[in-house]
Amino acid sequence: MSLADLWFGIFVLIIAGYVILDGFDIGVGLLHLFAARTDDERRRSLNSIGPVWDGNEVWIVLGGGVLFAAFPPVYASLFSGFYVAFMLVLLVMILRTVAIEFRSKRTAHAWRATWDTVFSAASLAFALLLGIAFGNILAGVPINGAGDIHQSFIDLLNPYALLVGCTAVAMLAAHGSFYLDLKTDGPIADRARRYGRWFMLAFALLGTAVVLVTGLADYHAGDRYHSNPWLIIIPAAALGAMLLMWRFSSKRQPGKAFLLSGTMIALLLVAGAVGIYPDLIVSSPDPGNSLSVDTSSAASNSLKVMLVIAVIGVPLMLIYTTGIYYFFRGKTELGPDSY
Amino acid sequence: MDAEQLSRIQFGFTASFHFIFPPLSMGLGIMLVAMGIASVHTHDLKWRRLALFWTQIYGLIFALGVATGIVQEFEFGTNWAVYSRFVGNVFGSLLAAEGIFAFFLEGGFLGLMLFGGTRLGPRLWLAATCIVVFAAHFSALWIIMANSWMQTPDGYKLVTVNGVQQAQMTSFVDVMFTPSFLAHIFHVFVASWTAGSALVLSVSAWYILKKRYLDLARASFKLSVWPFAIFAIVNLCLAGANQAVEVTNNQEVKLAAIEGLFNDQSCAPLYIFGWVDESAQTTKGLHVPCLLSFLSYGSVHSTVQGLNSFPQSDWAPVNLSFQAYHLMFDLAMFFAALGIVAAGLYVWKKKALRWRWLLWLCVVNVVLTEVAIIAGWWTAEIGRQPWIVWNLLRTSDGVSTSITTAQAAASLIMFALLYSVLLVLFLVLLNARIRQGPPDEAEAAADDVAQLPNTLREIFRRRGAHALVPADAVAAPPPPEGVQQ
Repeated sequence: MSLADLWFGIFVLIIAGYVILDGFDIGVGLLHLFAARTDDERRRSLNSIGPVWDGNEVWIVLGGGVLFAAFPPVYASLFSGFYVAFMLVLLVMILRTVAIEFRSKRTAHAWRATWDTVFSAASLAFALLLGIAFGNILAGVPINGAGDIHQSFIDLLNPYALLVGCTAVAMLAAHGSFYLDLKTDGPIADRARRYGRWFMLAFALLGTAVVLVTGLADYHAGDRYHSNPWLIIIPAAALGAMLLMWRFSSKRQPGKAFLLSGTMIALLLVAGAVGIYPDLIVSSPDPGNSLSVDTSSAASNSLKVMLVIAVIGVPLMLIYTTGIYYFFRGKTELGPDSY
Repeated sequence: MDAEQLSRIQFGFTASFHFIFPPLSMGLGIMLVAMGIASVHTHDLKWRRLALFWTQIYGLIFALGVATGIVQEFEFGTNWAVYSRFVGNVFGSLLAAEGIFAFFLEGGFLGLMLFGGTRLGPRLWLAATCIVVFAAHFSALWIIMANSWMQTPDGYKLVTVNGVQQAQMTSFVDVMFTPSFLAHIFHVFVASWTAGSALVLSVSAWYILKKRYLDLARASFKLSVWPFAIFAIVNLCLAGANQAVEVTNNQEVKLAAIEGLFNDQSCAPLYIFGWVDESAQTTKGLHVPCLLSFLSYGSVHSTVQGLNSFPQSDWAPVNLSFQAYHLMFDLAMFFAALGIVAAGLYVWKKKALRWRWLLWLCVVNVVLTEVAIIAGWWTAEIGRQPWIVWNLLRTSDGVSTSITTAQAAASLIMFALLYSVLLVLFLVLLNARIRQGPPDEAEAAADDVAQLPNTLREIFRRRGAHALVPADAVAAPPPPEGVQQ
């Protein structure tokens, strides 16, 4: 295994960390308008993610930085090629941030209702965009020899990518519902659980469709599984995690269901990454233009320096992040400094 | 306009808007640490009230800093893809290091700081604040490292991979500590602290003018007027002067542009303000003769190289850099003067608190510190043109080749609208928070501070996270000897 392979693995884990962590606060955002109805409930919903969502969002900053450093051509081609999509991602990220921060700063009903809607709509758009981006990566994009992707935003909204997008919405809504159930009590938790089960069902159906289409249609991500059938163990493990998640959800053990849904998300991302490996961006009409781990990685000197940085920084980061989650454990209560 | 020009405007605009917030989080952070230390040492409730108040404002500033900061990280890839391919090996490592070392620390502990006032004892709350403030500085350190590398690249070699040239790292230490780095970071830190102390000074002066929260306002006026005066003087005489010498040593053509100097000149003048006629190659305005030669080389007879010693294709926009630089320079002199007068009058029988014109100057001053910081940023970045990486890659060659004019125009309009709304909301909420004022004494005293955990051991021994409620508080272990009050 080369240094570049190692960094590909680290990058996939960072993205998994991001989708698991920011995913639950996006999920809470998806449920915000429906699961939380009174002002008090909506404040609870926001404050359940209040102390941690900022830290969760850092994972995507890290993901961007690592992609920039370890695979500069991929970062450059992807970000400039998906220009409109990334601008929309930035728009919804900013709207989500300010909605959370601004919502409870004034008491007027219209003010709060507006920001509640912005928070929920931006979370929905964000989940959808993440899924659409992932779908296009799986399906491959028209990248030319110079590394430029000439594709309009409308082309990104192809049926397969939209299917993956809807799957992501259902997945993150279910993921967020476990978190909300865990962190709140009373009617809001009951509603979170009820909606969560519908989203789980939707995810099970949509996810099955994605797996079938990826496997049966001529997508690059499916090829590897055709040639190495034993790799099926990864999506199979994800399926196992999903069934267990369902079981714990039925027994109303949201903590365990949440952990399993996180595990499932990580396994699904790994399954997708294994599918496209050794490419990072698959060129759909002309495989020769694909950006692979070997041809697009930074020089070994940079990768080594970054490895030292990661070996020092990541354990520290994991320790204090865990500590912070532990500190804010238990049901959310409203205090004078709450949102 | 084409995609390149639109991308330049967009990056300049979004970076300038973003740059309103990080200096405030660093500078206000230092003030918050000072309030926290005062609170822990004196047990005086007024420091706790001030800290609670300013922490909320810090949260607002931080949120906008994060939201607009992610834009900057994405824009290298979206708008400057060729640049990103060229520098990724070097520049990307610095951004990744910022994420791993600093940004996680900042984002993680911010929750403890914002929500810690009623959950953590004063000492632990101070510790959380210190970590966030340290992380804010550490974060800026990596970003300034990355920017300094663009100004004075070092520790790299040029390699052609698949027909495309890229800079590859030869020494990470040289990449981190390029010749301009120390001068930059010193100047950025001191300027940020000046702005942060100016913010606290501004609100204190306003409360004094409006005769509200007088005891708190006097305390925070005293707390901020000294740092403001000292930081402003240090910034002008040490940090700024040192930065000018660094530019002289490393970027002579930039020095010539920001001073509007066309021909080589011994005894070169330093302008206070002026106007550059680029076509006639003349600069007119108020100036001090020979001072530029003296400040740059330590002798009035030294020759400063003019723009004509360099090919015209390597010149920055002369008048624009000149104006940005002199706006910053003049404001820096104003801050030092205001700091000396305000601190002096305060020492002299607290006269500063009675002179209304001076208080009003202190109120508006914080806006000027932001203007100066952004003008300084423009000086550095516009003065670096036409290069995106000094002497290695031109900005015009760094732009993404796959984006269209329509896409770049649409995103620019989106940012213009979005950031206008954000700025208005930020100011409205900041104003509302300031008018609402710090929590009153009864409110601050209502939190049973002595019951809050003040050591790490207490936190991890407690059963629930919210041992504030009496029922849980009974189960919590008794506070150790260290806790008084």
